[in-house]
Amino acid sequence: MTSTKTPVTLEESNIESFLRMDRMPHIWCAGCGIGTAVGCFARAVERAGLDPDKVSLISGIGCAGRAAGYVKLDSFHTTHGRALPFATGLKLGNPELNVVVFSGDGDLLAIGGNHLIHSARRNIDLTVICINNFNYGMTGGQMGPTTPIDARTTTTPYGNVEYPFNAPYLLAASGATYVSRWTVMHPRELERSIAEALVKPGFSFVEVLSPCPALYGRLNKESKGLDTMHTYLKRSVIRNGADPKDAEIGLNGPILVGKYVDIERPTLWDCCKQVFDRVKEKKSK
Amino acid sequence: MVKGRMLQGARAMAEMVALCRPKVISAYPITPQTLIVEELSQIVADGDLEAEFINVEGEHSAASVCLGACAAGARVFTCSSSQGILLMSEVIFNISGMRLPVVMICVNRSVSAPLNIWNDQQDSMILRDSGWIQLYAENNQETCDLLLQAYRIAEDHRVMLPVMVCADGYVLPHAYEIVDLPDQEKADAFLPFYEPIYKLDVENPSTMGAYADPEKYMETRYMIQETLKKSIPIVEEVARDFSNTFARPSYGLFENYHVDDSSTVVVALGSMAGTIKDAIDELRTEGEKVGLLRMICYRPFPKEALYEALRNAVNIVVIEKDISLGASGAVATDMRAIFQGRDASPRISGFVIGLGGRDVTIDDIKLAIKKAQQQFEDADFIGLKEELELEGIDA
Repeated sequence: MTSTKTPVTLEESNIESFLRMDRMPHIWCAGCGIGTAVGCFARAVERAGLDPDKVSLISGIGCAGRAAGYVKLDSFHTTHGRALPFATGLKLGNPELNVVVFSGDGDLLAIGGNHLIHSARRNIDLTVICINNFNYGMTGGQMGPTTPIDARTTTTPYGNVEYPFNAPYLLAASGATYVSRWTVMHPRELERSIAEALVKPGFSFVEVLSPCPALYGRLNKESKGLDTMHTYLKRSVIRNGADPKDAEIGLNGPILVGKYVDIERPTLWDCCKQVFDRVKEKKSK
Repeated sequence: MVKGRMLQGARAMAEMVALCRPKVISAYPITPQTLIVEELSQIVADGDLEAEFINVEGEHSAASVCLGACAAGARVFTCSSSQGILLMSEVIFNISGMRLPVVMICVNRSVSAPLNIWNDQQDSMILRDSGWIQLYAENNQETCDLLLQAYRIAEDHRVMLPVMVCADGYVLPHAYEIVDLPDQEKADAFLPFYEPIYKLDVENPSTMGAYADPEKYMETRYMIQETLKKSIPIVEEVARDFSNTFARPSYGLFENYHVDDSSTVVVALGSMAGTIKDAIDELRTEGEKVGLLRMICYRPFPKEALYEALRNAVNIVVIEKDISLGASGAVATDMRAIFQGRDASPRISGFVIGLGGRDVTIDDIKLAIKKAQQQFEDADFIGLKEELELEGIDA
């Protein structure tokens, strides 16, 4: 996977035009994976052939939420958990826009959890990129809805006792038409997956596992971002088309990555249009 | 020698909460409140406090967990800030409406948008109408002292209303200060176990928060209003008892800092009182008759006591970290109402300061005092970076 070629500098990469370089350096910690995910997203927009003027990035609160401020796109930093309702309004207000929600596991699965399942249920045409670092990084590393059983956090000093969400399983059950999971150790697969999700009609969900060396990692024997990257390399098992039920993540053991769901289902806008047309036809008679 | 230990504010508050022996604690992380929650989760996990610590998925849930646990007869604790307080607000009203003695700390922080995590008091001010008792602390020692008093006041059978202790974000919980905490025995003696008058109990079934049609609803609000008015002397009584028990001043409704001989009196809440006292000390050495009335109990609003304390003032200078946008600062508005139809009629100017964590300096305070002495000012923003010209709006 890794090659020993001269590292590509930011100036040489083609994503600079995507970033607000005047906002650099970013706030993310050394070893954090969110920057890699933003890079994958930028390249995915290019790969998917989308006009950046028609792509909008919506973030909630948290480390991942800061992405909205760093991209040269129309972007919105909403309140905690509310990225999806905001994105829903934006998409329905201007269906031509390609609306992307880029936020963290705490924001999307805890305080915004209700919005997540309902957005998937009504199959609104959005792409959600969910950075999962297994804790609330921004506020100091508290236990969240994805923290594995027995994992240590600042609010579970002797290990977590609550079962976490299995995000792909939850999203598949809620009705998402595209569900995948990759780690930031899989940048090419992740980029391809985000590009697929961007052009896929309906609700797409891409979970991105990302190291949090400063907090979650430090408390769980992965104090460097590189340690977590090695863990991803060791524990990841690529299995496209796997049953999302098997995608649970423990403190140890394999981590299933790949594409779980890729199905067709009319989007909310399709259904709205059908009704509008039917009513219009009825009225004109 | 100063008694106490050098503690971070959040640690001191967490230890004080533990001394109050809540049975259920529930909270959701939000900066700058989280340190308190982390310390408490450690205290509970270490087995040093026999309580349920419940991690939830949002502040609405945190407040709801506390509401439920308190309805079952447990002493509870939660804390939050800013957006978290706003998200809780639905349940905040439920708690006072159900007359449950929940106690919480509001770690004061500004409200979005734009996103700003620093201190002002807009968050708790928004909830001044919620039926909660609100106590504003100047420092970490006082935050801890008020916490112990808060449970006594809330659980007093003459009150049975929730109490919010407000502490300025960062300025207090992130700062180290010598704090003297009581031992468990003394805390227990001051704050006995909670004895609910009513609770959800299978042996004696009841319903809380049920539907109240127009025939009933208004009376529930009247009863809260009357109880809040009657709780003013109870806040004073508990503070007096605290001072006697712990041999440390606790001011009750407000602190009087050179008010009696001053023609100009500043009125303010919270931690900026320290800066204001410094400004006043400097002005007094120059011969100016300036004092500070530091309000602690903002709700219930002690109108009579404030009138008596301020009736001889010529200039009242309200300096506050909040604004009722489109009107005036909340405290200034309330202060003006006190003097309506009364003999004394001081000039009451209002200043807005330190929003979103903007530094409050001694010079800022002196400027506000000087302006107020020259002419009436209303919702005058102190400390703006530059004169802003609003296009299309006449100055």
